[in-house]
Amino acid sequence: MQFLKLVLRNSLRHKLRTGLTVLGLVVAILAFGLLQTVVDAWYAGAESAAPNRLVTRNAISLTFSMPLHYRDKIRGVDGVRTVGAANWFGGIYQDPKNFFPQFAIDPAPYFAMYPEYRVNDGELHAFLRDRKGAVIGRKLATTYGFKLGDTIPLQGTIYPGTWSFTVRAIYDGAEAKTDTSQMFFHWDYVNETVKAKTPRRADQVGVFVVQIDDPARSAEVSRAIDRQFVNSLAETLTETEKAFQLGFVAMTEAIVVAIRIVSFVVIFIILAVMANTMAMTARERLAEYATLKALGFGPGYVARLVFGESVAIAIIGAALGIAATFPVSAAFGAKMGTLFPVFEVSGATVALQIGCALVVGVAAALLPGRRAARVKIVDGLRAIG
Amino acid sequence: MKAIPLAYSVRNLWTRRLTTALTAGGMALVVFVFAAVLMLDAGLRAALVATGQPDNILVTRRASGTEIQSGIERNQAAIVETQPEIAVGPGGARMVSKETVVLIAQPKRDTGVATNITVRGLGEEGPALRPQVRITAGRMFRRGTTEIVVGASIAERFDGTGIGERLRFGGREWTVVGVFDGAGSGFDSEVWGDGEQMMQSFRRNAFSTVVARLADPASFDALKARLESDPRLTLDVKRERRFYEEQSEVLSNFIRILGITLSVIFSVGAMIGAMITMYASVANRTAEIGALRALGFRRGAILVAFLVEAVSLALLGWAVGLAAAMLMTLVRISTMNWQSFAELAFSFTLTPDIVAQSFAFALAMGLAGGVLPALRAARLKIVDALRAA
Repeated sequence: MQFLKLVLRNSLRHKLRTGLTVLGLVVAILAFGLLQTVVDAWYAGAESAAPNRLVTRNAISLTFSMPLHYRDKIRGVDGVRTVGAANWFGGIYQDPKNFFPQFAIDPAPYFAMYPEYRVNDGELHAFLRDRKGAVIGRKLATTYGFKLGDTIPLQGTIYPGTWSFTVRAIYDGAEAKTDTSQMFFHWDYVNETVKAKTPRRADQVGVFVVQIDDPARSAEVSRAIDRQFVNSLAETLTETEKAFQLGFVAMTEAIVVAIRIVSFVVIFIILAVMANTMAMTARERLAEYATLKALGFGPGYVARLVFGESVAIAIIGAALGIAATFPVSAAFGAKMGTLFPVFEVSGATVALQIGCALVVGVAAALLPGRRAARVKIVDGLRAIG
Repeated sequence: MKAIPLAYSVRNLWTRRLTTALTAGGMALVVFVFAAVLMLDAGLRAALVATGQPDNILVTRRASGTEIQSGIERNQAAIVETQPEIAVGPGGARMVSKETVVLIAQPKRDTGVATNITVRGLGEEGPALRPQVRITAGRMFRRGTTEIVVGASIAERFDGTGIGERLRFGGREWTVVGVFDGAGSGFDSEVWGDGEQMMQSFRRNAFSTVVARLADPASFDALKARLESDPRLTLDVKRERRFYEEQSEVLSNFIRILGITLSVIFSVGAMIGAMITMYASVANRTAEIGALRALGFRRGAILVAFLVEAVSLALLGWAVGLAAAMLMTLVRISTMNWQSFAELAFSFTLTPDIVAQSFAFALAMGLAGGVLPALRAARLKIVDALRAA
């Protein structure tokens, strides 16, 4: 008790210096937390993937399509429960900056396969009845202020022309990590329009989402599906939804790695600041440490004083930093809009923040603590601030 | 007004070496992040600007945005080809290349993860329209065959891209016969082959883009206006350089905005470090400051001396940080360009601008961190300061 009191009193002796150090820690821990959350957001698609869903695409690359009749052949494969077509639409809403994903889908099987997209039955029926209808996510609706019955005009990039869709339903996510920034509409409607304009490009599907009975058999079913189309004009590649999503992350891996590295750089910056604070503190108090030793306290006790103070400051800074992470990341996520569909501070991030703060607290006190423990009584008493 | 000698400030830093090293180290890290981000952005821009030739135009389907999404029917391409502004080559042929651009997924050598790479099927004059591209090993592909040549970054990073090896895509085997160097341009991350062969294997009737050289670069506006208002065509005409610049906009903005935001946040930490150091420096030397004042140095001189100390600290950090950032020029980064959806390799590029900008940034950090402590030093009263000893 006495010890804790001494540590706290000591840390308040230079209020300005301690205050500045704590402020620096808050900024660093906050920045670290935000960066980790950005990295998490990158992996959000893969995190929310279900183990019983597979994605079949053209083996050449995602930009190549497959004939529509593959749907029936895939449905016939043993272990497959449902199949739905999905096409990336890539439309522009007013300005290329307003990015959000749009998919042309087989509505009935699609929403059955994605139970995490919660649509109420009335709205879903309204969507199914309207060929030009669309379902949009809650986050997308809030970002652009879309309401039921609104018309969303899209400038096609892959499918030329101007398209307009009527919002018939808004879906909510079952969990916080569910992506609710997407827009879905009828694949049939897009296909018919394409057929009228450029018949050559009609009846082509970007990916098939496949639901299987038993997640344990995913590898086997994937191989069975691909075997159906070997040596055809459009050979396929089937993988689990998670692998499919991780494939996207892997393509931008360099950026993720850079962000991770940078997030640790800020910890080193604050470590330098903190170590400096503790070094100055210890240097100024050498005379006191010598006095304590002269009174009979051991070197361990003196070192613990330095460590205690360092860790105490680090913990205060970390606590404030972590507390600030939540509102700041909420504001940042809202500003980013649909660019980061999911932007949540995870438990792992908070744990990392605490861990880093403790490491900084301990590491910063290493040299000064050693110096304090080793100081000779005579030298220490002779030392002048 | 007499100034306090520079040596006074600098030697103060030397006396308290550990503190100086730690404070400058923090600043060096911030400068490193700041410079590295700008270098990355400069490298990305340099790669994409180098991809375009100033007198080339690139024609795509209207509003398609990227080469992959574009499609130009043969009759439309023929209309573009016959425009009078287009240069005629030495052999009498028009300097036009009707190209097929597709993406194929290939596993990377080090990770085994499949990544999209751009495959470009060139027309007759395709290579001549890109004078920056040189064959460094093997030879150019022959027209009418399934031979391909690969860019330097592709040869380095992807499996099955050595000379004599075969890549399988579009239902055929393609033999690699050469490696080319695109002089740091986006072509380094591409695979080139014969356009007509590619159209057959991918079962396409339409080209992706048409690239052409203008006889006179100044005639661009007239040509653009004519082609874009032609009712038979639904095409966008752009200067090649401008087109590739636009391809990098999203990635470039992302790198710059994220990087500069981070640098500014990080610099707060470093400035706090400088402030702590300088406050301690002032506190430790109160008596000294009193003595200097008693000797006749004015408040202004004291202020300057402490500011110089803070700025020296920052410049030390700048030198170390920039030196570390220079080492990054040896690193080449490859990532997916979101707009073109394909692999793109580029390196960290140091420009004089970046040296100047990071210098200004470090200077600002030093001044911001040093100004409050220096003011405190300057405001001390002679009597109080002398008594503090």
